[in-house]
Amino acid sequence: MINTKVNIAGVELKNPVMTASGTFGSGREYSEFIDINKLGAVVVKGVADKPWNGNPSPRIAEVYGGMLNSVGLQNPGVDYFIKEDIPFLRQFDTKIIVNICGHTIEEYINVIKALNGKDIDMLELNISCPNVSEGGMAFGTDCSMVERVVSEAKKYADKPLIVKLSPNVTDITAIAKAAENGGADALSLINTLTGMKIDIYRRKPVLANKIGGMSGPAVKPIAVRMVYQVSKAVKLPVIGMGGILNGEDAVEFIMAGATAVSVGTANFINPFATEQVIDGLEEYMKKYNVSEVSEIRGIIE
Amino acid sequence: MKKVTDAVILKNVPIADNIFDMLIKAPAVAECASAGQFIEIYLENGVNLLPRPISICEINRNTGTLRLVYQVIGKGTEIFSHKKKDDILKIMGPLGNGYNIKAVNKSIFVGGGIGVPPLLETVKNAKGEKVIILGFRSGTILKEDFEKTGAKVLIATDDGSFGFKGNVVELMKYENITGDVIYSCGPGVMLKSLSQYAESKGIECFVSMEERMACGIGACVGCAVKIKDGNHFTHKKVCKDGPVFNSKEVLWND
Repeated sequence: MINTKVNIAGVELKNPVMTASGTFGSGREYSEFIDINKLGAVVVKGVADKPWNGNPSPRIAEVYGGMLNSVGLQNPGVDYFIKEDIPFLRQFDTKIIVNICGHTIEEYINVIKALNGKDIDMLELNISCPNVSEGGMAFGTDCSMVERVVSEAKKYADKPLIVKLSPNVTDITAIAKAAENGGADALSLINTLTGMKIDIYRRKPVLANKIGGMSGPAVKPIAVRMVYQVSKAVKLPVIGMGGILNGEDAVEFIMAGATAVSVGTANFINPFATEQVIDGLEEYMKKYNVSEVSEIRGIIE
Repeated sequence: MKKVTDAVILKNVPIADNIFDMLIKAPAVAECASAGQFIEIYLENGVNLLPRPISICEINRNTGTLRLVYQVIGKGTEIFSHKKKDDILKIMGPLGNGYNIKAVNKSIFVGGGIGVPPLLETVKNAKGEKVIILGFRSGTILKEDFEKTGAKVLIATDDGSFGFKGNVVELMKYENITGDVIYSCGPGVMLKSLSQYAESKGIECFVSMEERMACGIGACVGCAVKIKDGNHFTHKKVCKDGPVFNSKEVLWND
């Protein structure tokens, strides 16, 4: 008998597998392929205080073993999210984690205030999107700024606050500690790595924004390394992500120290990816007599 | 309902320089597909991870087959072009909103280059008088297939190698083409110019747009097109809100 339940900042998930923000919308599209009830949590696409139009197209470029995106957090705003997406997601037996984005601290706080008292389970503060000129990664790459934005967000948040970290830094453990000092309840990592692709025949970047965020299986070793370092450096639970395609990948992140994992780009490659990661994790646990996820969590010294 | 399914390749042959004609058996997808929709084709080689969106050229529900006419433009389409009869292709579809075919007296179909194929199924589904205008850089594809529908077919080529020398809109102006509705697919610059022609003639015009996409189902928000919204615009998704839009909705890039 295996028990896949995990606890993050007091919220119990039926299993440690969630969706990575921005790869799963609010679940509607994938509900045509998978059973949302099976997921530990749905982390929704970034929500801002007002609708955001995002960046110009092209926004997608395929690269070796992954992809670049420069979507720029296009979203219909928090009012739409509350009206349309919370009721949709609440039909399912899964936790709702809302990724929140902003250009300024004030905008983050506006989203948090709008979500206070609403039927959601956790917040994820996106201070790591590489595709917005203000806010996003600009907040997530400077320790004092990270601590400040997290502590401001914590003042208003009535739900546990996950802080999503950028890998585009010299020392991710310093950023992680700053988020912990700011009062974060959990950390999630990694957001995308900044990257670029040039169409040598057109002599132009493929992305209209020139630079985008890289994701997919090619980034997994970097993500595993960062999850390992961060989970050793802080006391907070860590949600690991970056190139997870299957159950073995999830196990790898858990052994590196992750309490839960998120499936991102894999959804685009295979709409059944989340379910298959859950099935693969359970198979691993059965085969290797792991009765609780915590037995393998952070076992790498 | 969208499905992920294994399709069997029945035919995959070149019909022009870098253009291939593929017939696949996928009864579950053929059953619910309609003109102007597309499918995503997975490469499953472990390297090129994103599926490729390919428009549906013809649908045959009796045989459970789809015809795909595609151009080799990158690694993904090159890999498809090497597939042989009886090979299996993992596909997802049908995707997107196709052409809403109107009951009118006279329909006009305008295709440019590799935008021509999806119009074949569209022509077959329309009633009344039909005029087909196809534009190419050089030479033609699918000309006989369109002629077999019994509709009038006009061809324009940039180099004058076939039919009218010039682009499709120049040909339409020259022939003073009018009608009740235009269904079109082709390069953005052609669609923009066509939508101006349609507006000047008071013809309702539907355009099928193209953009780089990842998921194909509306989740990644990669394939954005600008749609007019008062004095501003919003981004809609080619894969889910389109690929077919009313030309009056589209905010065309300069």
